[in-house]
Amino acid sequence: MHSRCRSADDTPQEAAFRAEARAWISANAPKELEAELSQPTVGRIALKNKDILVESKKWQKKKAEAGWACLHWPKEYGGRGASPIERVIWQQEEGIYGKLEGVFLIGQGMCGPTVMAFGNEADKAKYLPKLASGEHIWCQLFSEPSAGSDVAGLRTRAEKKGDDWIINGQKVWTTGAHFSDYGIVITRTDPTQPKHKGLTMFFLDMKTRGVEVKPIKQANGQSEFNEVYFTDVKIPDSQRLGAVNDGWNVSLTTLMNERMSIGARQSTGFPELFAFCSNLMLEDGLAIDDKNVRSKLANWAVKASGLKYTSYRAISALSRGERPGPENSIGKLVAGTMLQDIATFALDLQGAAGVLSDADSVAAAGQFQSILLRSPSDRIAGGTDEILRNIIAERVLGLPGDIRVDKDIPFNAIPTKGR
Amino acid sequence: MNFDFSDDQKQLRDEARRFLAEHCPPKAIRAVLEGQQPYDRALWKGLAEMGFLGVAIPERFGGAGAGYLELCVIAEEMGRALAPVPFASTIYLAAEAIMLAGSDAQKAKWLPAIASGAAIGTLALFEGAGNPAHKTIKVSGSQGAISGTKAPVADGAIADFAIVAARTASTGRESDIGLFLVDLSGDGVQRRTLTNIDQSHNQAEIIFDRCKAEPLGAASEGWSILTRVLDRAAVLTAFEQLGGSDRALEMGRDYALDRIAFGRQIGSFQAVKHLLADMYVSATLARSNCYYGAWALSTNAAELPEAAATARISATQAFQHCAKNNIQVHGGMGFTWEFDCHLYYRRANALALSLGR
Repeated sequence: MHSRCRSADDTPQEAAFRAEARAWISANAPKELEAELSQPTVGRIALKNKDILVESKKWQKKKAEAGWACLHWPKEYGGRGASPIERVIWQQEEGIYGKLEGVFLIGQGMCGPTVMAFGNEADKAKYLPKLASGEHIWCQLFSEPSAGSDVAGLRTRAEKKGDDWIINGQKVWTTGAHFSDYGIVITRTDPTQPKHKGLTMFFLDMKTRGVEVKPIKQANGQSEFNEVYFTDVKIPDSQRLGAVNDGWNVSLTTLMNERMSIGARQSTGFPELFAFCSNLMLEDGLAIDDKNVRSKLANWAVKASGLKYTSYRAISALSRGERPGPENSIGKLVAGTMLQDIATFALDLQGAAGVLSDADSVAAAGQFQSILLRSPSDRIAGGTDEILRNIIAERVLGLPGDIRVDKDIPFNAIPTKGR
Repeated sequence: MNFDFSDDQKQLRDEARRFLAEHCPPKAIRAVLEGQQPYDRALWKGLAEMGFLGVAIPERFGGAGAGYLELCVIAEEMGRALAPVPFASTIYLAAEAIMLAGSDAQKAKWLPAIASGAAIGTLALFEGAGNPAHKTIKVSGSQGAISGTKAPVADGAIADFAIVAARTASTGRESDIGLFLVDLSGDGVQRRTLTNIDQSHNQAEIIFDRCKAEPLGAASEGWSILTRVLDRAAVLTAFEQLGGSDRALEMGRDYALDRIAFGRQIGSFQAVKHLLADMYVSATLARSNCYYGAWALSTNAAELPEAAATARISATQAFQHCAKNNIQVHGGMGFTWEFDCHLYYRRANALALSLGR
């Protein structure tokens, strides 16, 4: 069993690639951000006195110019044509600077591959390199107020008018729409067909007239998600991705690529909790020396380790040429719950002071308080825990699908109110 | 990267699975569980003939000299089949201790006998409740003789020899403990089978009364040898637990597809689907951690203690989780003697304790 447990396990070619990556990073990384990026972080990072978006774009551009952006993409679209292993080696070497990639993940991980699979050659050449280099940020306009877990229940309409399409409707939970340049959008183009059959996918410029983005104030007080309204938004037919009414299949490609974003840094909160317990003084000594704390930590350590090596197995399968399957749904399922449980435990250790989230007056700068308030969304966004369990049960274990009473009837005949 | 077994190792797995499906059906497990024989002698002989007992024993000592990854593969299949044979005590514990610390003469005497199935070995470590610690071991060893009581000793009533952890000094240090190799057919050995939660494996009490014993390794190094043996055994046991987890999950899945209630396959109800999905999640995390353990074991990596603990905890949790929920998926039938669910439930909970707390 050959593995990436240590760099000592590299083949000569891998070692050469690692050395090249390491040398380039060491010469080019934004070292002035090192101290801040080295802090344990879960979720979106914020830099003091610096704009994270600006810093992220700077680093991405530098990587793109030297051939280190979107490693696995073909060269003509701004990538490097690298193997899955090389991508992992790069991520290991990039380390904390990889945190600057967060704002690009949806565009590069999901929108880009969809455009690559379904866009025309001219658009691919025009848009993909700028997506890879971080010049453009993309978002993914899927969910709607009445179509969250049931994505195919969406109601945003697109109607053909000559060579153009006119889009009307509303999307919601659109991550990063407020700073995105482009987006891929799935719409209903034939409401007389069953719900999965009348959908069509497009991409569009977020500055198109009639597109309105309204950030949503979340339960934790921040705004990462948005509502996006479309009022008579006109786009040319050339921006259609895939065949008319085949949008569901196109979206499955997008979602498959979401899984392919393996090595995507899935936060569990464990390294942060471990660091916290190593420093926290309790009544009778350091938290890390307490038997009960250690036992809790061990349980989470084992889960975090299981996720890490599950991703190694997925990479092994990729390097054998296999496509990542639904079994990779376990990553988010396990990590989401862990994050929430860990935050609760960390507050518990702080006792009455655990209630304080004032960054200047509490342990770990209020980090776990912030995770506590944000973590519910990790168990919803990108598929709820329940949807992920269904995926595992149905597509991995082969259990029967849920009974779907709306599957085969025209979309416009589906009841819309419970009572 | 290849974080997986090789094609040859997968072939070995298929071969072991086929062999065990034929020679270790549930009725063979029940024969031992119900006391018809203390272990499955025919299966033990067959495993020896297939070369599975000596898979990691060097060729010059009668084994196949294949290595630890191959042993992990076999261990997983033994766990999947709930093989009622003294495999863990003989191979993971006794053979490993001899390979790590034995003299040439000890290796030459015992390893070929283990590989051929002629000798069953075990490790006599525990002395009642609690975690074994060098400070609490009471069995004493001096001048080639040991005295005291060990319990539980896995396969203690059927073993031909035991590696015994005994006190040789009382300075309060780890170096107080030495290991001794004891031929259990000799004078001064009294054995008594103890009933246990998984009667498909023997558990015994052994009383040593000034019993002849030869040192295994340096007198002061017993504890450090034990630690290393237990790390290795932890990885191998984790693979057994992994095999059991997978089989319990499969049983639950198959039953959920077959059984109809409320006019539907019960596996079409989300409550059942989600129970099974969670079993899959714990079995998958355990598999990944086991592969990490296998890597550390086979490369003798410095990470072995950590990797072994990780694999072992993860696989213990997975097997217990899958075995108990498999019964729930089966409903009332799952609690009958007739159905095999309880065989996995017993083994899951017995294996959870097999190397101490």
